[in-house]
Amino acid sequence: MKAAVITFPGSNCDRDLIVGFENAGAEVVKVWHKETELPAGIDVVGVPGGFSYGDYLRCGAIASQSPIGRALVAFAQKGGYVIGICNGFQVLAEMRLLPGALMRNGGLKYISKPVPLVVTTTDSAFTEGYSAGQTITIPIAHHDGNYQIDPEGLKMLNDQDRVAFRYAQNPNGSVDDIAGVLSENRRVLGMMPHPERAVDATHGGTDGVALFRSILGRLVAA
Amino acid sequence: MKARVHVMLKDGVLDPQGEAIRHALGALGFAGVNGVRQGKVIELDLAASDTAAAEAEVSQMCEKLLANMVIEKYTVEFI
Repeated sequence: MKAAVITFPGSNCDRDLIVGFENAGAEVVKVWHKETELPAGIDVVGVPGGFSYGDYLRCGAIASQSPIGRALVAFAQKGGYVIGICNGFQVLAEMRLLPGALMRNGGLKYISKPVPLVVTTTDSAFTEGYSAGQTITIPIAHHDGNYQIDPEGLKMLNDQDRVAFRYAQNPNGSVDDIAGVLSENRRVLGMMPHPERAVDATHGGTDGVALFRSILGRLVAA
Repeated sequence: MKARVHVMLKDGVLDPQGEAIRHALGALGFAGVNGVRQGKVIELDLAASDTAAAEAEVSQMCEKLLANMVIEKYTVEFI
């Protein structure tokens, strides 16, 4: 099972994401943003947190148009598995691989703390290792995590069971407490909380482990 | 030719930064500010000399990159 983790200038969670994948048993290939293609044989791509290209213009906007960005869109459109965390979620939203947009937090403050999340659907390769309705604790660390989507889009997400995680206590003003969403084919997940920061009992808990084990389990079985 | 692009949040999209500015103006004693919306201005120095062609191209720039059409709207003026 091979995972790729993309590093943009300003990414700062790429190494943590690599550890998350490796602990679950994946072989991880690091991919630099100037690459125009993903390496052959990649099963899942991780887009890490950070401040890609300094968050210039809008968070994730420049990364979405980068050389590797175009390769990533093609990979997802062919049915590849992709997870974007924090800035990675912002990048996937800017690429339109996921609906909606991430805006400045309602309270305008950067928030960094562990938060309780409710696993809203287990119908995805990323969340099937949890039980539906389970509350887990995962850290958030963002300034622009306020998820917004128009009422029709929100109805579509709920009707299609595409909300992956909800905040138990909304920290940032996100509509309908949404913390993570899935693509229509359920193979692209974007989430603001950091599961890769919750894979070690001595560093912030282990509630993120099941996510990495889930996706790897699905890919190994395939 | 120069184009000036104004990017604003769409009407109805809550603007937390605009709200913060409104509060700060109130704190400075400026009463009577009912609402504040903030956005950004992007100036483009263009090689094109034909306004019609430039207009079409700048619209594409806005929709592909300069604005996020999910939450933002834009206007363009040529100067």
